[in-house]
Amino acid sequence: MPLSALTGTRLRERRLANGIRQADLAATVGISASYLNLIEHDRRKVGGTLLVRLADALGFDRNALAQGSDTVLIEGLQSAASRGGALSVELTGLEDFASRFPGWAGLLVATDARVQTLERAVEALNDRMTHDPHLSQSLHEVLSSLSSVRATASILAETEDLDPDWAARFHRNLHHDSERLAVGAEALVAYLDAGSAIAEQGIAAPQEEVEDWLKARGWSFADATLVEGCDDEVAALASTAARSLARAYLARALGDARALPMAEFAQAVAEVGPDPFALAESFACDPLLVMRRLASLPDVGAGLVTCDASGTLTFRKPTAGFPLPRFGAACPLWPLYAALGRPSQPVETVVEMAGQGGRLHRVLAWATPGHPMGLRGPELREAAMLILPDDQPRQTALPIGSSCRICPRQTCPARREPSILSEARS
Amino acid sequence: MTGHVLLVEDEPNIAEAIRFILARDGLRVSHLADGLEALAAVRGDRPDLVILDHMLPGLSGLEILSAIRADPDTRTVPVMMLTARGRDREAAERAGADRFISKPFSNAEILAEVRAMMNR
Repeated sequence: MPLSALTGTRLRERRLANGIRQADLAATVGISASYLNLIEHDRRKVGGTLLVRLADALGFDRNALAQGSDTVLIEGLQSAASRGGALSVELTGLEDFASRFPGWAGLLVATDARVQTLERAVEALNDRMTHDPHLSQSLHEVLSSLSSVRATASILAETEDLDPDWAARFHRNLHHDSERLAVGAEALVAYLDAGSAIAEQGIAAPQEEVEDWLKARGWSFADATLVEGCDDEVAALASTAARSLARAYLARALGDARALPMAEFAQAVAEVGPDPFALAESFACDPLLVMRRLASLPDVGAGLVTCDASGTLTFRKPTAGFPLPRFGAACPLWPLYAALGRPSQPVETVVEMAGQGGRLHRVLAWATPGHPMGLRGPELREAAMLILPDDQPRQTALPIGSSCRICPRQTCPARREPSILSEARS
Repeated sequence: MTGHVLLVEDEPNIAEAIRFILARDGLRVSHLADGLEALAAVRGDRPDLVILDHMLPGLSGLEILSAIRADPDTRTVPVMMLTARGRDREAAERAGADRFISKPFSNAEILAEVRAMMNR
């Protein structure tokens, strides 16, 4: 069976469409979930009997994987060409190229995907070093301990006539600081190690850890699972902060499930379509709740981002062709922020994400104000933006980006800082 | 050498080491760990030199430095900042610091810098 460079991607898409958990499929075909994860992200080749078992488990026509490979390759080549910047790329004859040199075409597409991954890694690490308070605090702690050890040790080593009381005092300080340094260094290493084990893109913060967990679950929980709870899975998360965020997420998801039971909700979506405002009207509930439920439906394939009143992204479920910033602020042109400034008013816009080959998305945004402490307390706002693929022919679309740091739109009027990719792209 | 140094540092063991080094050299050293108290002390005691850590509770080192430089009574007080990173150093320079010592510093380095500033 000839293999496409993106066979893993297609297997993953089919699994998600079937609503099968990664761990369950791995168990069915007799491999580990982590190995399946590598296959699905095209980091391990799959073939032979394993591919047959996967195809059978997913209800895939065994030949379909091979038959569709040219189409996938051509789409990948077109996508790579759109990111070529000033380079002139011959767009005619792509089919011939993919057909005659499938290996080279597959390599080019895979390399382009790899470049995108690395670009996100650059962004993540750059922002992590700049903005991550956990890393900054950890480094400061280590540096302070080290400063104290150095200064104290130097006094002990260089002062020949040191008073015994002072010597004892500095020895105690040295002991205390060396212990503190050891703890700080271990914590820092554990923090960096945990991140690199979770994803090669960067170092995981608690929010990323939770999102990686949700991603492995296909961003979806059966209502019954929410009622039972996922204590074991939450307990397996590395950091206390991530476990706290995960519990908050599950509590909210359970509330959503009770307000909009899946059977009833899925029926309404089948009739009305993924329109959060119409559905909210129909169920007499907050559009934010509907957006969260829609994002948990594998068939809809929607992305979702939420933010608080500061604009900080508090939840990120990505979707194909719409990369989300891992750290720092997102593109100020996102309709999410338009909604944040106009609470309780629906916003719908067709957008074109930079660097995605002209791919369009229809986004729907809404912000809900809240007063959890009553009118004497502060007004809080939460905004959400549902991101849906859009394949309708459009005359215009709002050009947006992921974040200024990796956006190639140099003349954007909303740019707040230079892109770290600008030199490579121009 | 004589003179009064106000050391503003929230890490007690670092503060103790610096106090020892400077006191042994003849300087009178007073120590505070809180940013707000430190600002009041600069205005009240008019030390000959302020050694200011960058990260402090209450007011940050940069905020204290900005307040010192904004007050006509204290704007000429020499300030040495203890910084951790290059970016902190640039910010401190913009805020009006006279000298910088990067952590982790050597005792000889901090003593030489203090002597140089006190003899200006």
